Amino acid sequence: MLCDICKKNDATVHLTEILNDQMSELHLCEECARQKSLAMEQQFGLNDLLAGMADFGKQEKEPETVAHIKCPGCGLTYADFKKIGRLGCGECYNAFNKYLGPLLKRIHGSTQHTGKSPLKVTKDLKKEMDIQTLRIRLQKAIQAEAFEEAAKLRDQIKEAEKKKEK
Amino acid sequence: MQLNDLLNHTSEWLKGTGPNSDIVISSRIRLARNLDKARFPHWADKVQGRQTLETIKEGIARVDYLKRTTFFYLADVDNVDKQFLVERHLMSLDHAQKPENKALVVDDEEIISIMINEEDHIRMQVMQSGFNLFEAWNIINIIDDGLAKELNIAFLPNWGYLTACPTNAGTGMRGSVMLHLPALVMTRSIDRVLAAIAKLSFATRGLYGEGTQAMGNFFQISNQVSLGPSENEIIESINGLIRQIIEQEKQARDNLLTKNGPLLEDRINRSLGILKSARIISSQETIELLSMVRLGCDLGMVKDIDRRAINELFIITQPAHLQKIENIKLSSEERDLKRAELIRNKLNIH
Repeated sequence: MLCDICKKNDATVHLTEILNDQMSELHLCEECARQKSLAMEQQFGLNDLLAGMADFGKQEKEPETVAHIKCPGCGLTYADFKKIGRLGCGECYNAFNKYLGPLLKRIHGSTQHTGKSPLKVTKDLKKEMDIQTLRIRLQKAIQAEAFEEAAKLRDQIKEAEKKKEK
Repeated sequence: MQLNDLLNHTSEWLKGTGPNSDIVISSRIRLARNLDKARFPHWADKVQGRQTLETIKEGIARVDYLKRTTFFYLADVDNVDKQFLVERHLMSLDHAQKPENKALVVDDEEIISIMINEEDHIRMQVMQSGFNLFEAWNIINIIDDGLAKELNIAFLPNWGYLTACPTNAGTGMRGSVMLHLPALVMTRSIDRVLAAIAKLSFATRGLYGEGTQAMGNFFQISNQVSLGPSENEIIESINGLIRQIIEQEKQARDNLLTKNGPLLEDRINRSLGILKSARIISSQETIELLSMVRLGCDLGMVKDIDRRAINELFIITQPAHLQKIENIKLSSEERDLKRAELIRNKLNIH
């Protein structure tokens, strides 16, 4: 019997698959079966959260003393982190800086944040944000056919835009 | 707002509206944030956890955009209600465990929810129905800016927002899109699609997020990488991927219609028949059958039921919802009976 997928090699693996309420049989060669099981693993695997953590062990040899490094902020040691996979506080990132860099690189492929930052918002930005908020509320009001409220919001937006220009 | 008010309300994400709502159920953006100089929830003792909780509670109260939200201490919420909130996707399964020092903030429309002291101090999410990540981002960005003015957030310029698990550092953002892909499952193309998604370092999960199985042909797809690309770039990359999956599902639907039209119509109508007449039905079977009926709606084969009604049935037939509707505790067997009754009542109006 030939493999159902590649139709080249002899089928040596026989699978019964139940999708919804339909049962089907698959006859596969070893290579195709391996790929199929790989695909199934990837389907709902735990390949997300701790993906990068999994190869902790394979990391280049760290000296014994690394495990004892302690975060001055919260007392978590690097050994604790390796055991529970979670840091103890924001300061841990500084305390374990040298070892977290390579880890972050492995998980994300990058060590430079380019997104937004929480730095205090300037007055102009705040005005702009308020206008945005009003615009979103206006949209919702129109969708909900609350025209009276929509008219009010429209006036507020005009008002706010005037103020901003001043 | 009382929790029970939600029972008579359709969550924003279930409305069945928005772009591509035949295939995309909902779009969600989640941001993880932590307070500077405070221990992360798992590493904090009771007093520290309480302090964090109260600091955040006060911060939220000062944010204008969050004025129309309700704050729940999870210690005051009973188990059925907690499960009810999980079923409505307002909080994670994890958050329902060990309620001490945990809280949930929800707005009246169920668009915004904020978990306090889950894995991170703050996990906020914004949900939209249909394929609409940018809209969700616009809203959550405003909330995030508002909170940043009130609270000191843990942040480093090179590594971005600092999170309990380094897998969330950087933007702290996870964008996810819930897809209904019955035709890709039926044509057995789904494994190929999911394998490709995993290779591109996106994650696929089931209906209830992390650690749950795909049921009823629902798949949640989200980014894995949160450090490096900006928020907009992450959303663009998810959008690009989702657009391709939508195309594939559309093609698979067309294929099924042209090659197996009568068979498909038979299966859809049989599913509807069972839902309309069953006396005992499990939640698993309900989801599988509703998935087929939803496909029937999308393809115009089922005409007298709208998508919103189907979407609602997905949620109100879940265990905690059934018990809230009946207002008593029900065993699994009792639920299967009540569930069948509820579905019959909803579908046999015509």
